[in-house]
Amino acid sequence: MSEHTEITLDNGLRILLKEIHTAPLISHWVWYRIGSKDEPTGKTGISHWVEHMQFKGTPQFPASLLDKAISREGGMWNAFTFLDWTTYFETMPASKIDLALQLEADRMHNSLFDPQEVESERTVIIAEREGSENEPLFLLGEAIQTAAFKVHPYRHEVIGDTADLLSMTRDDLYQHYKTYYTPSNAIVALAGDFDTREMLARLRELYDSMPPGAPPPRLDRPEPPQDAEIRLSVEGPGETTYLQVAYHAPAANHEDFIPLAVLDSLLAGPSNLNMFGGGGISNKTSRLYKALIARELAVGLSGGGAATLDPFLYGFTLTIHPKRKAEETLAVLDEELTRVRQEPVSEQEIARAIKQARAIFAYGSENITNQAFWLGFSEMLGGYHWFDTYLERLARVTPRDVQRVAQTYLQPASRVVGTYQPAGSAA
Amino acid sequence: MSQQPTLPGPQDITRSQLPNGITLLHRANFNSPSVILRGYFNAGSIFDSDEKLGLADFAAACLMRGTQNYSFELLYENLENIGASLGFSAGTMSASFSGRALVEDLSLLLQLLAESLRRPTFPADEVEKRRAQLLTGLAIRSQDTSDMASLAFDRIIFRDHPYQRPEDGHPETIQAITRDDLARFHSRQYGPQGMVIVIVGAVQAAEAREHVEKFLGDWENPHQQATPSLPPVELLESITREVIHIPGKPQADLLIGATGPSRRDPLYTAASLGNSVLGQFGMMGRIGDVVREQSGLAYYASSSLSAGNGPGSWEVSAGVNVEQVEKATDLILREIGRFASGGVTPEELQDSQDNFVGRLPLSLESNSGVANALLNIERFGLGLDYYLTYETRVRSVTTEQVLLAAQTYLQPDRLAIVSAGSL
Repeated sequence: MSEHTEITLDNGLRILLKEIHTAPLISHWVWYRIGSKDEPTGKTGISHWVEHMQFKGTPQFPASLLDKAISREGGMWNAFTFLDWTTYFETMPASKIDLALQLEADRMHNSLFDPQEVESERTVIIAEREGSENEPLFLLGEAIQTAAFKVHPYRHEVIGDTADLLSMTRDDLYQHYKTYYTPSNAIVALAGDFDTREMLARLRELYDSMPPGAPPPRLDRPEPPQDAEIRLSVEGPGETTYLQVAYHAPAANHEDFIPLAVLDSLLAGPSNLNMFGGGGISNKTSRLYKALIARELAVGLSGGGAATLDPFLYGFTLTIHPKRKAEETLAVLDEELTRVRQEPVSEQEIARAIKQARAIFAYGSENITNQAFWLGFSEMLGGYHWFDTYLERLARVTPRDVQRVAQTYLQPASRVVGTYQPAGSAA
Repeated sequence: MSQQPTLPGPQDITRSQLPNGITLLHRANFNSPSVILRGYFNAGSIFDSDEKLGLADFAAACLMRGTQNYSFELLYENLENIGASLGFSAGTMSASFSGRALVEDLSLLLQLLAESLRRPTFPADEVEKRRAQLLTGLAIRSQDTSDMASLAFDRIIFRDHPYQRPEDGHPETIQAITRDDLARFHSRQYGPQGMVIVIVGAVQAAEAREHVEKFLGDWENPHQQATPSLPPVELLESITREVIHIPGKPQADLLIGATGPSRRDPLYTAASLGNSVLGQFGMMGRIGDVVREQSGLAYYASSSLSAGNGPGSWEVSAGVNVEQVEKATDLILREIGRFASGGVTPEELQDSQDNFVGRLPLSLESNSGVANALLNIERFGLGLDYYLTYETRVRSVTTEQVLLAAQTYLQPDRLAIVSAGSL
């Protein structure tokens, strides 16, 4: 991995810079440590809605000018809200990046939140949610999350509950923005075709004078251990049955996270770790493909978790074979999971998972946007070393580690089993 | 500051032809230790009968499910063990493949490509497994408001034309296809004539060609049939509406549009810039502004132009609550009317021209971006200097040409209007 620069300004703003001179492009990301994790009941979805409002303009950059200015320069920009964070990025021709730098510094504290725009965005977000509600796997995933977390705010979907989307006010949104959008709660990450010294000087000009902001409130509601399996079923239109099995899993910084990534790779195929580009690797020789798809118990399989600040979920999504029942598929899944708890995996399987991860990182490195994403994302999880040492840590995983995490986390008592059942079909 | 010229051109694209008819395009990129492999060949669904529609797609999907030298499992062991990927699919005019690997494994990737293309055995049990997967895919499609609106839209605007048919067929046509149909399709359609292969990544041109020659240079198929040319399509006589009822879907997908220019149409670039103003530029152009920003009706509302060697399509799409379909339709029709009667302003055109030129480095930064560019150059006969002369071509488009493109294709009284959802 090539070198990068990290610095913290006096107001607490973290800055990470990585020069990459392969193309005349710069990707610029600003991350805020606020996501659905800190949203109280009644305000679910507020972080995501604030993210939408950040595209509605400031006195200096009115909404109508904003996207046109970026588009005119041939830039790409977008934003994402997740459980733990909200992030904004622009990838621009290198000579045009100053526009993005100004825009992000400006909207860190000058966004308008015009009441009329708030109202029009309310229905846009409800439409976004309704689009998701068309999808069986969204309905099932939401039910599973709510069942898995009784206390921790991870129980809510990032987009929020419709009741809250209908009732939140402009002042709620503005208050949330003012509380969490501060230099001391933010990270600026850039990768691409720039000179580090010059870029740092420019960022200082833009941010040095901003007050740090008060430490924002956090919801501290750890989830108590789950001691018995939960089963649920969602009914809806269609002909296809889906099965999701979700286990409580460790946070990204837990030492078990990496062995669990190896376990995931050999059970369900390697997850694509890149947010942009890279492409996935198929999973047709994974253990669960062989057990479930090759033996015609399912026609689709994916596995995976998420790198999160607090413990979240790891699990499998299966599209049930039209001639099978979800129960039959689950029984065979359980046989495989029992096997991986009882028998150590081979060294070769681990070596393969490492090679796959190495390939996925190489594919992702073709893309400046993806490189800048990694810089900021890993900082959110505790530091760039999380990314920088990923392959090394993977290489240290032993068969015993994999067996231990299988025994620790893949326990029937700590899982939620959910099925999406086509309405009118026999369960 | 960046060290290599960004735009591909004759100075760094190598194009060559093998004696058996395969065309190879290559461009090196040593910034990442990986390589991408893409291409297409004449085995699209245009050869499918109506009764066995989906045959070409089914055949492409079975290429890797067993070959003379590899079982399904062994083939994927080889591929997945090295973190590589390879896949096939079929469109109307051609089938295509896409793969990637670490550059040290390019030879193996090409070997598996050649094995899948040349020696598939269509084992009966694997064909049946694949059939069940395809049928499930079609069952899921029948519940997808966007897919179902799109199927109906194509059926209407491409009536009596091969493009009206979905490449992936229908449940009854997939059921009708036998294992022997697949083998027969392969022996008639698969061959080197007309095949195009693109390799981009950390490998020199000569070495890339050596690998291709080694595994595909001696491939011949004297029975291979040429792809027929496509007939033109007339615009609809009048507005044609269709409503697809899919219970339990609170959001409807709405599609409004008509046939568009082909990629080789002299009006293509003008239409493409016009489309940008209509429903792409900034936050989804004029359509996004009216439907999303001003009315708050939709999360997505945009327009798109898709163009190939045959007639293209030009459509506005939006996802709206089922109660709001009429209102959104009215707003979109008003915008299309305004676009077709008044075209775009010089400022709007300038904005989109700037965008088209400015975004080139971004669209060409990765190996897959460059591979797609090379595929387009070959498929549409654009010339190796296409990206070097791109700016001139884009900047020379006038507002009059955009208006002509709009009036030629998006005629407000000859549109298809399709919606799908709990309507």
